Amino acid sequence: MLNYDIVIIGGGPAGLGAAVEAYEKGVKNIVIIERDKYLGGILEQCIHNGFGLQEFKEELTGPEYAQRFIDKVEEYDINVMLETMVLEITPDRIVKAVNSKEGVFTIKAGAIILAMGCRERPRGAIMIPGTRPAGILTAGTAQRYVNMEGYLPGKEIVILGSGDVGLIMARRLTLEGAKVKAVVEIMPYSSGLTRNIVQCLEDFDIPLLLSHTVVEIHGKDRVEGVTIAKVDENREPIMETAQYISCDTLILSVGLIPENELSKQAGIELDPVTGGPVVNEMLETSVPGIFACGNVLQVHDLVDNVTAEARMAANSAIRFIREGGFKKSNISVKAGKGIRYVVPQRINVDNIDKRIKFRMRPTDVYNNAILAVKSGDRYLLRQKRIRLTPGEMIDVNLSKEILKNADEKEGIVFLVEEG
Amino acid sequence: MEVKEITCIVCPLGCRIKVEMEGGEIKSIKGYSCPKGLEYAKNEVTMPKRMVTTSVRAKGGHLPLLSVRTKEPVPKEKIHEIMLELAKIEVKAPVKIGDVIVKNILGTGVDVITTRNLYKKEVS
Repeated sequence: MLNYDIVIIGGGPAGLGAAVEAYEKGVKNIVIIERDKYLGGILEQCIHNGFGLQEFKEELTGPEYAQRFIDKVEEYDINVMLETMVLEITPDRIVKAVNSKEGVFTIKAGAIILAMGCRERPRGAIMIPGTRPAGILTAGTAQRYVNMEGYLPGKEIVILGSGDVGLIMARRLTLEGAKVKAVVEIMPYSSGLTRNIVQCLEDFDIPLLLSHTVVEIHGKDRVEGVTIAKVDENREPIMETAQYISCDTLILSVGLIPENELSKQAGIELDPVTGGPVVNEMLETSVPGIFACGNVLQVHDLVDNVTAEARMAANSAIRFIREGGFKKSNISVKAGKGIRYVVPQRINVDNIDKRIKFRMRPTDVYNNAILAVKSGDRYLLRQKRIRLTPGEMIDVNLSKEILKNADEKEGIVFLVEEG
Repeated sequence: MEVKEITCIVCPLGCRIKVEMEGGEIKSIKGYSCPKGLEYAKNEVTMPKRMVTTSVRAKGGHLPLLSVRTKEPVPKEKIHEIMLELAKIEVKAPVKIGDVIVKNILGTGVDVITTRNLYKKEVS
């Protein structure tokens, strides 16, 4: 059996960030396990700019951002297993993996960092009626075809969902000569970043139809068109508003799901809202010594935040190896009115020196609202926020001093109060 | 006086900036929260610019395409022409990240650089 201090599962931005941080902090007996042929993960196909403004103070494309970390992994000579699939992890931190050279093998890990990322919600997850022709694909698949393989998936395109990948692909397909007829969004707001609405849709006069959805897909062998309709406040289609749009391709950008099959198998507790593991302030899952960071924990908007989270997971893993564990969580963290979820889901302030960073998303768009943190009836914090939107993750740092006022029985609750 | 409302795209904050204009002159700029945002707002009302990111065909590499970008933002109205110009290009592996593949594209004064390493395809 192989032995490593830290085993990192996934070689995308989270795994790379964690590996580089662990090495730089002196833990060198580590390995990254990646199922693809190359490191870099999804960044490899994100050839657009906008990455790295926080991390490197310059604007990079996805492959450039990834390369900065890959260069370090190579410079430090960190162990990397490519084209290797992890089959199982156990609560006592045994990792079972397989590749074509070694066959099936096992590793004993001092600590494990989960960095498997997420995958896209497919058509099946949103149940659009109609036929099953060719020409329906997720935005990420379309991105891979266009940016890595050199295929244009269609000429006349409708995009369902206005997540960031969908917006980026609207521009990308337009630049490559396709006609993007509309981006259709069921919600009354876009779940993508504002900057992407401006530079991907408005720049190219692509209509964004809010409170609309696709109600039927037409075509037998190939998509021939879609019927779209307005939806009411319960997101039910209003059939009188139905209209037909001819197109040969329907691209879905309807959300991302953290990829946690391995976590489930290991008995790690998952948060039904985030789809990722329930973690404490150390980013440790319900199984001691197994940590999570990046999109496997919660779907992020910015890779820079993934890197920051990965660093934290690496430092926690190092502490786990050296100190043997952490104090049990004694305060629960809950999402109250107006907040969809909060990570971490439980804490113990005795484990930290200064402060804890909480990340969350609101349930709706709020303007000039108050973001509040309460323990029972007592306010720990009230902060004015000009704009809150589900498309943009909220960061709240709470100091140890503030958190010491939290009541163990009541826990703490994050909520939005309208101004 | 004319007021132009723009959304800053420099970073994901997406600041809403108001620019007051009179006779083509900028009178005031409000709502930005960093120097880059101020710069963006000035450009956006006079000469809007965007970074172009795309790919060019590649031969003999580990991928059939090589991702590229303009080193700096270029005038928005040139984007289409730049895409057509880059469609003519084919590079041969190996290529290093950051290499210039077109100097001063269409007289914009901006170079087009590669954004990834392209390795020679291993013959197996």
